[in-house]
Amino acid sequence: MALDPLFLSRLQFAWVIGWHILLPAFTIGLASFVAVLEGLHFFTGRAVYSRLTNFWLRIFAVSFGMGVVSGVIMPFQFGTNWSRYADATANVLSPLFAYEALTAFFLEASFLGVLLFGRSLVPRWAQLVAAVMIAAGTLFSSFWILAANSWMQTPAGYEIVDGRFFPKSWSAIVFNPSFPYRLGHTVVAFYVTTGFVVLGVAAYFLRRGRFTEDARTMFSMTLWLLTVLVPLQVLLGDLHGLNTLHYQPAKLAAIEARWETARHVPLTLFAIPDPAAETNRYAIDVPGLGSLILTHELDGEVRGLKSFPAADRPPVAIPFFAFRIMVGIGVLMLTLIVASWVLRARRRLYDTRWFQLACLGLAPAGFIAVLAGWTTTEVGRQPWTVYGLLRTADSVTPSLTGANVAVSLLCYAVLYLAIFPTGIALMARLVRRGPADPTAHEAAVEAGRPRQPVQAMPNAPRGDAP
Amino acid sequence: MSGGFLDLVPIWTGILGFGVFFYVLLDGFDLGVGILYGFAPDRDARNLVMNSIAPVWDGNETWLVLGGIGLLAAFPLAFAIVIPAVYFPILVMLLALACRGVAFEFRYRDSEHRTFWDHAFCYGSALATFAQGVVLGAFIQGFKTDGRAFTGGSLDCFTPFSLLTGVALLFGYGLLGAGWLILKTEGDLQDWARRHGRHCLIGVVAAIAAVSLWTPLIDPGIAHRWFAWPNIAFLSPVPVATALLTLWEWRSLDNRSEAAPFIGALLLFLMSYIGIAISLWPMIVPHTYTLWQAASAPSTQDFLLIGTAFLLPVILMYTGWSYWVFRGKVRADIGYH
Repeated sequence: MALDPLFLSRLQFAWVIGWHILLPAFTIGLASFVAVLEGLHFFTGRAVYSRLTNFWLRIFAVSFGMGVVSGVIMPFQFGTNWSRYADATANVLSPLFAYEALTAFFLEASFLGVLLFGRSLVPRWAQLVAAVMIAAGTLFSSFWILAANSWMQTPAGYEIVDGRFFPKSWSAIVFNPSFPYRLGHTVVAFYVTTGFVVLGVAAYFLRRGRFTEDARTMFSMTLWLLTVLVPLQVLLGDLHGLNTLHYQPAKLAAIEARWETARHVPLTLFAIPDPAAETNRYAIDVPGLGSLILTHELDGEVRGLKSFPAADRPPVAIPFFAFRIMVGIGVLMLTLIVASWVLRARRRLYDTRWFQLACLGLAPAGFIAVLAGWTTTEVGRQPWTVYGLLRTADSVTPSLTGANVAVSLLCYAVLYLAIFPTGIALMARLVRRGPADPTAHEAAVEAGRPRQPVQAMPNAPRGDAP
Repeated sequence: MSGGFLDLVPIWTGILGFGVFFYVLLDGFDLGVGILYGFAPDRDARNLVMNSIAPVWDGNETWLVLGGIGLLAAFPLAFAIVIPAVYFPILVMLLALACRGVAFEFRYRDSEHRTFWDHAFCYGSALATFAQGVVLGAFIQGFKTDGRAFTGGSLDCFTPFSLLTGVALLFGYGLLGAGWLILKTEGDLQDWARRHGRHCLIGVVAAIAAVSLWTPLIDPGIAHRWFAWPNIAFLSPVPVATALLTLWEWRSLDNRSEAAPFIGALLLFLMSYIGIAISLWPMIVPHTYTLWQAASAPSTQDFLLIGTAFLLPVILMYTGWSYWVFRGKVRADIGYH
């Protein structure tokens, strides 16, 4: 497998999309949060909402910039490394990508410019409109890109002529069988991810006794939101699982590491799947629970991997473990939310140290869950790019050599390892600075683009003094 | 494969042509500003130069996404052949665009490494421009294909001609950037932009001349299109207009007019663009596939046209509005940092 262009292209795609997905996972939720804060400020006039808007907008700007540059890279991957996939699927998928650009990207970019730089140039209602437009843009974007991704998982509304897909029904293509579940599950996952970041930031300030009013507002708002969304996410995940069982049985068998087709199957909590021996080692099983969870029936049948030709089976260990990481994080999140109900009822929500620590610890959990879930669904789709119809091996650009892709992969590796840690560190710095009071002296310097940039760029976190 | 009764290929050619030209203009001036940024005299000047495009750069870059996806949607065969053929120029362009894109935020936020991000911004802009020029040159020369795939090597696209078009685009975007800065700045900084605009114009004239002479030489078909009778009579206005525009541009860089240099640069780009279109029409993969052969299914073009016909004007309206918000000379005190 010395420098196999197919393997390296897959690695490259996983690398660039794995980093990129972290940004929509954050910006989609954050855009809505900023729009809500902007709206609350507009209608109540309370200063706390204005401070929070400005605070999160600064962080949004950094992450959105990174999202733009890593996003521009994505569509070109289809051409550079997956040209046969592009040629085969373009008639069906390209309008979905194009509608994403037309409905979302321009909306976000144009209105973000106004929201960030036009604050002194446009009236307040126009700022609110801009914030709402950005939030709407991020949601339109999810709609189209997940429609395209879902079509690759559960293709519908097409016919195949000479090895290429042609559209027959656009409503069947867009609203393909897994799309509603994937859209719901992913968008809620993105909101939950952002919610836990906001919660973690609020807990950070509460622990240090800084910006207490702002922190309490964020803390309470976010916990209410998560009270709805985390249980909803469990429900959506369950529905998504039923859908996968029906339309992508091989993927589900890999997720559960089920080798034999059987009724009354156990739930495997942990195991080391052994594809060579077609069995699991060190398995910890809960009898009967698998059928109940997967099919909602005590003796429901679950197809095993052995019922699929070896060439059509996805890898087992990666989806198996990735899925368990995702579910494990979901369980932790749900536990935290239940704890928050108890604390709120006892009026100890804002001053319980261990709870603040737990919130801080779970701040990045959403990102890990998103990556794990993405890995589950994408690796579970293998060995296909279009499930059951177009193999990944038949999708790669034929003219590429292994050396070509090794060079590009190395370049992307260096680029992302330079940009993302820097961006994350800068966002962390903005968090440490906190939501500054706009009337404070620093803000006056901030308001102007730095004439003396060093002064206007305080590196040391301010306001740490008690 | 049921489609409309109308042949949508000319319409999609127009939309894609418009989208790509819009990209070249918008990201052209904004990459050009990035190139000139490296020559700015001091930090105050750099701040203003960057401020002049900070609110609009990501919107400008979105046209690149639309151009790429538009090509995929309207002419997927061209996308599947051209993009693999320019694997490395595209890679360089994407890496460079990423470096210069994050520099807008990182430069302000990461003051310990400001010089590093200054360089990332300037060299990123220049490298992205050069790579786009190489893509253009390679595109004009055509690609080795077999059936529906590119069969050449990934380094085939680097030829003397494509390197020339790469350098040509550096001057071209530089000129657009200088025009933009003349529009957006005043005083010493504007004089500085005018000076660099003149340097770029000299490069542009040399590049247009070299490309115009070289293209017919590498391709007898192109020579025939331009120089055969009666084409030469119909097409001669293009070079004549280009020459007149060059003179006008030179004069407007020298006198006090503020908008004329930008408009002149824009029109020079339009003439070059028309020139290339005349040379290549009706091929979308030069020498191999026509627009009609590479077109996507009629139903695909129908479905996308319905939305595009509505969305594109709306996009132009609010993009126009966002430019209008930031009209006038760039100020040091806008922003949110």
